[in-house]
Amino acid sequence: MKERYDVIVVGAGPGGSITAKTCAQGGLDVLLIEKRQEIGDPVRCAEGVGRDALKKHIAPDKRWIAAEVKGSVLIAPDGTQVKMSEDASNPKAGYTLERKVFDRALAQQAAMAGAEVMVKTRATELLRSNGKITGIKAMYMGETRDIKADIVIGADGVESKVGRWGGINTVLKPVDIETCAQFLVSNIDPGDYSKFYLGSNYAPGGYVWVFPKGEHTANVGIGILGSRSGDVRAISLIQRFVDIYMPQAKIVEIVVGGVPVSGPIKQTVSDGLILVGDAARQSDPLTGGGITNAMDAGEMAGNICIKAKEKGDYSVKTLKEYEDKWRATIGKEISKSLQVKNLLIKLSDEQLNQLAHSLDGVDVSKMALPVFLLALFKKNPKLLWELRELFK
Amino acid sequence: MSVNVNRYKCGYCGACVGVCPEGALELVETWIEVDNTCTGCGICAKICPVGALVVVK
Repeated sequence: MKERYDVIVVGAGPGGSITAKTCAQGGLDVLLIEKRQEIGDPVRCAEGVGRDALKKHIAPDKRWIAAEVKGSVLIAPDGTQVKMSEDASNPKAGYTLERKVFDRALAQQAAMAGAEVMVKTRATELLRSNGKITGIKAMYMGETRDIKADIVIGADGVESKVGRWGGINTVLKPVDIETCAQFLVSNIDPGDYSKFYLGSNYAPGGYVWVFPKGEHTANVGIGILGSRSGDVRAISLIQRFVDIYMPQAKIVEIVVGGVPVSGPIKQTVSDGLILVGDAARQSDPLTGGGITNAMDAGEMAGNICIKAKEKGDYSVKTLKEYEDKWRATIGKEISKSLQVKNLLIKLSDEQLNQLAHSLDGVDVSKMALPVFLLALFKKNPKLLWELRELFK
Repeated sequence: MSVNVNRYKCGYCGACVGVCPEGALELVETWIEVDNTCTGCGICAKICPVGALVVVK
């Protein structure tokens, strides 16, 4: 480890690793730190990802693809099923990942591109000189040291502290987080579609998912809105779901986690500081998916770092281009998703059933999500009226 | 006022850290640390997926 770098990336998830790789490929001196002793573990994620969105960043590799899925089945509170993206050539078909292997493969790419990697290394505060961010204090194996850098990237996940230290408000309100619990279950045959169960009976303000993971296993999980958690817990609701609907299932792993569903936050850069991925609250408020958004943002952040180095300017003036770029792309998408989420969480089970029934006789099997939503809107303009702006 | 973390229950996911208005919590590998800025507001206890946090008076 050196005493100074061009860029320090805090957090070696998909967002952090892609940022580090991009910086290294651009010739920057970059350090990628991960507070855990093992990159990719413990998993806090349902591991579902869209195929094409992923392929932009890394060639699919069977070492970290646990299963391929043909599409999604939505299940209404009364059991009505709506099947989407039946066509395997549909770009929305996807994978269930093995994150433990996937995250390491991405960190490996960053390392091979020239980034330095340190595990069991936790950022404890930002270094400052005359108010300017000049690096981080990091603890490795119980010892603290100063590491200097021109830019610090906070890719430190839902529990991000880097942004807060830099004066950026990333606090999530209970309504801005899905609180999640998941079992990896064995001894079931989940088929080759991802299933989503909607309704207050399954998951208040969220959904239950069943993602095939190959070899008679599946990720069976639940996210409930933080504001509706407390009297009930994600863990007890998913235990009840498994007991009722898959009594033969054997639980071989427990995963818990919080997913930001706030939509875009006001600020994600400051002088010498950039936030990426869940730390920047870039996960999708409707689906909860965050992997490819984080990777996209990581690439944007890395490219801005390269530019900043060329200009020798690490202030907001230069870094703001990252903010503009992600807002015009990821930001737009997650704003739309936030609107849909805000409506969905208000609907009663009865109304959700009504939506599912309205698609009787409509072939939605090859529709990607935006087209599907439009079809749903056309059939239910009254119920979905507040979404009308989305379809202009 | 503070918050007690049941380390035998906690799944160290960090959700509580993300919602803490004071920044009083920190996820260190496999445990949660609480500093003295905790006001005992209880938001972390509410959203914990497994119910590992309890406000203590």
